[in-house]
Amino acid sequence: MKILLITVSVLYIGLLLVLPLIFVLIQAFGNGLQDYLANITDEYTVKAVELTLLATVTALLVNTIFGLFAAWAVTKFQFRGKKVVTTMIDLPLSISPVIAGLIFILTFGRSSPLFDYFNQMNLKIAYAVPGVLLVTVFVTFPFISREIIPVLLAQGKDEEEAAALMGAGGFEIFRKITFPHIKWAMLYGVVLCTARAMGEFGAVSVISGNLRGKTNTIPLHVQILYNEFKYAPAFAVSSVLVVMAIIILVVRSIVEYRWKK
Amino acid sequence: MKKYQKETRVIPGFGLSMGVTMTMLCLIVIIPLTSIFWNTMDLSFGEFIETITSKRVLSGYKVSLICAFSASLINAVMGVILAWVLVRYSFPGKRILDGLIELPFALPTAIAGIALTSLTVDGGWIGQIFAKAGIHIAYTKIGITLALVFVGEPFVVRSIQPVLESLDTQYEEAAEIMGAGKIYTFFRVIFPEILPALLTGFGLAFARCLGEYGSVIFIAGNKPYSTEIAPLLIMAQLQEYDYAQATAIAIVMLVISFFILFLMNMIQIRAGKRTR
Repeated sequence: MKILLITVSVLYIGLLLVLPLIFVLIQAFGNGLQDYLANITDEYTVKAVELTLLATVTALLVNTIFGLFAAWAVTKFQFRGKKVVTTMIDLPLSISPVIAGLIFILTFGRSSPLFDYFNQMNLKIAYAVPGVLLVTVFVTFPFISREIIPVLLAQGKDEEEAAALMGAGGFEIFRKITFPHIKWAMLYGVVLCTARAMGEFGAVSVISGNLRGKTNTIPLHVQILYNEFKYAPAFAVSSVLVVMAIIILVVRSIVEYRWKK
Repeated sequence: MKKYQKETRVIPGFGLSMGVTMTMLCLIVIIPLTSIFWNTMDLSFGEFIETITSKRVLSGYKVSLICAFSASLINAVMGVILAWVLVRYSFPGKRILDGLIELPFALPTAIAGIALTSLTVDGGWIGQIFAKAGIHIAYTKIGITLALVFVGEPFVVRSIQPVLESLDTQYEEAAEIMGAGKIYTFFRVIFPEILPALLTGFGLAFARCLGEYGSVIFIAGNKPYSTEIAPLLIMAQLQEYDYAQATAIAIVMLVISFFILFLMNMIQIRAGKRTR
């Protein structure tokens, strides 16, 4: 029974998850190393990598700041409507990426009352870089707060209260008492957020308008290449994300291991 | 409620942290979300109903629901097996297997989509084996389901694992001492314990699969009435700048996913503290 179940599990994971991964790497190098290097240093690829990095860093910054403040507000104080606030924070998780893109098109696109306002300021949001950044922030919005909140709830607030009564300031309490409790949880959230932000496809695809070299992220660039039947370049660019995914998995395991210790 | 208001807050930073939280929440989540409601108001009620009950849209919902449900069912069964193997057995390479579970969260869905498609087309590594038997995977509902199985794989495993870990083995031992077989013990003693977590994992996977876009569009072939998923229909309307229709289709999907969310909350409340 044991052998059977282990074999089934290993085969399942192997065929379903590992085989596609290996396939991408093999296809990427299908035409040799020279070709591979040419493909991943192509002008549009580099532009796509830059935008993906920008979007990921933006999502990380915004969501870490939000995660810390939201976790502090939700776990250290009692207030009316707390349940509503926490539900709202988790909402982006249960919304289809395409719908996430759609709501930002509706909010900032031509049909929106805000459109004229931003237009006067010469700021284009939908079908432009700010839109890509916004949807990336949206789809990863709860990733960091939802890792920190359970840890702070389990820890309680006695330590902070004691420190406050003894005259410590807010920032000092956070730095010396709260932060050491949540640093691993926060890091775990950062890892998950990075993974999702760099790979987001549906939402970004809706809002970007697919302008090559301008609003293309790596996954969108892969789609364009693939649809043009340029398979080797498509898989070469994909391999960059595959390597990132493997790094993320390893880092995730390490963080989890250190955290649980 | 009144008690909270009279109680003075000892810890500093309430105003600041609430202010930042609510401002960001409004700007990034609440305001954009409300846009969906004032946009459907462009359609009359009759037009709204007409849009969401047109043959093509209905078949889109059907494909999405059927494929998401089958994929989540497969993952529910495999999730129980995987969680069991990871918690109860030790074997070489177990940590690697455990780490790989989360691969679908780390690998961008579009990449998974093109890899699975190339593998399962009739000339692909896997596809040619099945093609001999007359089974086509890519560009059929089987392909869509496969992509969704990939995407939803971690949810059930990760929901059940902690419950299995914290499960006291004394009940199983008692059952076995009293003469129950292994399989009987599993279904009568262990299964009821992990059921709430299993349902939660199933619900999460199902909700995720319903909205999934990136991995599916490559493998689906996107033939109207047969392999066109609901998110793709939204996309198609958007490309024609028909925002009102896109929004109408999206609202139905939102209602379905909120309904699933609601069901899962009910399950968790009923299961009480057992699953955190």
